[in-house]
Amino acid sequence: MDVATMKVLATALSIAIGTIGPAIAIALIGSKAMESIGRNPEAASTIQTNMILAISFAESLAIFALVVALMIKFV
Amino acid sequence: MPHISIKAEEVLNLFGFPITNSMILSWIVLVICILIGKYYQSQLKRKHKSSFFYLLNSLFTGIYNFLSSILHEKTKVFFPLLAAYFFYILSNNWFGLMPTVGSLLIRPFEAGRVQANELVTHPSSTKSVEPITTEGHTTADETASEHRKIPFLRANNADLNTTFALALITVSLIQFYGMKYNGVGGYLKKFFNFTSPIMFFVGILELISEVSRILSFSFRLFGNVLAGEVLISIVAFLLPSAASFFLVPFYVLELMAGAIQALVFTMISAVLINMATTKAHH
Repeated sequence: MDVATMKVLATALSIAIGTIGPAIAIALIGSKAMESIGRNPEAASTIQTNMILAISFAESLAIFALVVALMIKFV
Repeated sequence: MPHISIKAEEVLNLFGFPITNSMILSWIVLVICILIGKYYQSQLKRKHKSSFFYLLNSLFTGIYNFLSSILHEKTKVFFPLLAAYFFYILSNNWFGLMPTVGSLLIRPFEAGRVQANELVTHPSSTKSVEPITTEGHTTADETASEHRKIPFLRANNADLNTTFALALITVSLIQFYGMKYNGVGGYLKKFFNFTSPIMFFVGILELISEVSRILSFSFRLFGNVLAGEVLISIVAFLLPSAASFFLVPFYVLELMAGAIQALVFTMISAVLINMATTKAHH
């Protein structure tokens, strides 16, 4: 395999593998937040802000993978 | 494919000091932030305040209440820093989504000057065979410079230098306030603890996590904003012009992501400052 092929493969694989973990994390956060809103609907707004914050933490890992993919592709 | 650049491009060079396109936008944002601050200050002394003042005031009190849920009695000390982070990052993110940013292309001044010099110098060294090659050379140069058109403005947080600077300020201020509130020895005990081998290794891990915070802070903000830019430009490239209104949801998504990233940066800074300034219970 030549370098150009490897570069394209590495770009695709880095974003594809890198999003598996954050996807599972976001799913867990979302499901737990829904569960707790169902149990205690009065606290929905507090849970929602905390959920969004926790999701953005997990999402930032996917963003790292995206940055690496962009760097392989364009630099 | 639209041209995507990871780093900010140099628009002009002032005596060896490069001025990049993200820097120009950051100056514009900075001036607007200072003007709004001055306006707020001038309104503060008046008896009859404008409605814009009350809008700003409600924003500030919202941020204050949000931060006081994390920092409690220390909010008054850290509110200026953290609110400045929030509004600076927020306005930078939203200014980066303005229609002219990234779409207004210019040719960098440096390249134009070099090309002009070449055009002047080449005809003077005329030989029988040379003109054809030099002509070919200049046309190649012209197409290259046509390719080298760069955006005049660039979202400031899509430049790693900005976010890295913000992260460096945050992490060094965390160390500073940790030492101020716990004493130098009390704070450094978190990293260098020789009471037991387990605590020693925990200290090493703390040290590594402190350094890695700089990277995670800067890459989170940089990656989010850059990903938004790339997403919008790729979607705009893929859509036919008749269906360009499909870009609106992506813009709304990016507006939301910009606000959330500003909030996240502020909140993580607040949490880390709170962790560093509270006395360790051992």
